[in-house]
Amino acid sequence: MLSKRIIACLDVRDGQVVKGINFEGLRSAGDPGELARRYNREGIDELVILDITATIESRRALAATIHAVARELFIPLAVGGGIHTEADAAAAVDAGADKVSLNTAPLSNPALITTLASRYGSQAVIVAIDAKRDGDRFAVYSRSGTTAASRDAVEWAREAESRGAGEILLTSIDRDGTKAGFDCEMTAAVSHAVSIPVIASGGAGGLDDFVDVFTKGAADAALAASIFHYAETSVRSLKQYLKQHGIPVRI
Amino acid sequence: MTAASIALIDYGAGNLTSVKKALAAIGARVFVPASPGALDGAGAIIVPGVGHFDATRALDRAWIDAILERVGEGRPLLGICLGMQWLFEGSDEAPDVPGLGVLSGQCRRLRVPPEGHEGTKTRRRSGHENGPEARLKIPHVGWNSIDRTRDASILEGVAPGAQVYFTHSYIAPLTGDTVASTEHGEVFASVVERGQIAGVQFHPEKSAETGLKILRNFVSSV
Repeated sequence: MLSKRIIACLDVRDGQVVKGINFEGLRSAGDPGELARRYNREGIDELVILDITATIESRRALAATIHAVARELFIPLAVGGGIHTEADAAAAVDAGADKVSLNTAPLSNPALITTLASRYGSQAVIVAIDAKRDGDRFAVYSRSGTTAASRDAVEWAREAESRGAGEILLTSIDRDGTKAGFDCEMTAAVSHAVSIPVIASGGAGGLDDFVDVFTKGAADAALAASIFHYAETSVRSLKQYLKQHGIPVRI
Repeated sequence: MTAASIALIDYGAGNLTSVKKALAAIGARVFVPASPGALDGAGAIIVPGVGHFDATRALDRAWIDAILERVGEGRPLLGICLGMQWLFEGSDEAPDVPGLGVLSGQCRRLRVPPEGHEGTKTRRRSGHENGPEARLKIPHVGWNSIDRTRDASILEGVAPGAQVYFTHSYIAPLTGDTVASTEHGEVFASVVERGQIAGVQFHPEKSAETGLKILRNFVSSV
């Protein structure tokens, strides 16, 4: 039976892992290589490295960080942040990324999804959708949550799938860093609208938040950052809790 | 290149970086042959790959003959993911592209129960465990267990029920060559072995310690 995946996200700036609240107010959480090794020991299923300043400050994905992590860890590694062109994606893949995560670029250039899916396969292309509640809809934002994209998250996820995306990484801007729980309603709306896996992100606080997002939210994977970085919750204890609650996990 | 080095076949289906890194980590010597003629000195052959079966079209007659010649000499051959499917006769994904044909059977698309269908074992089980929202998706992406159906050298030392990382929509059929199977809506061949030929539907290079163990088993047969 297919396991629900637990994914750790390393938001990297200037070679250090940082984490903020609602996409702002960053604080340092340590060295990316060191954190990646710890999570791997604890049984993390996958890692995402996001160069969080890349979009705003035109930084390129940190090839050295990717290379250091990919050399010694043999689990799927996704890289995002500042991937605007086929060349940016190639740099990430050449450094050792298995998947690239696209956020801002495909909103203005959706053909990039198809280009990268043709070159590397759909399994290598994640479309990351940052969304915020707007009445009973979910509005998409770009540029690290600063710019409204005038798109609906459900509709954009469907389009991304049809253009060749292999997975959707769905982040609730409202919940990001708040530890108030995942936005299960938004996750379920997107997960039911597409046949590709949906990774839920934003708001992980307690163990029950993960149970909820895998049941009520119909998520295929859940991503968290702060709760793992500051060792509030170990990956291993989270997985044991999920197993006790009947959620299939890899232990 | 030495007699004991492993030829990693690059036919443009995905990137080889991860496979190379995993093989380097277990101390294997690897080279990427530029042409079929360069396979002469290969101690073993790995056919990796992800994506559409049509990509295997790049493995033309010259490549097929060179690979079959090495296999005929008893050199070990490992197919990974799409590379495993290519070991069979063909795939419904690209019906006009023949496979290598060293294993019998045709690959086809994975079938999962339609949404709302309550009649299968998987559906009932996931429905019970995950509530009414659970349903199976294609592609099959993530960690799933491999259940051994018979002893095989490629799986030596791999714990029963060990989980490995999959990402695919097409499957190889269950045949006498199946040595482990996996369930996602239906049961399919996840590891095959026939003599010195082996194949894995998942990505050992992305399957943590279990994956490295499987690669070590293959490399130790070289």
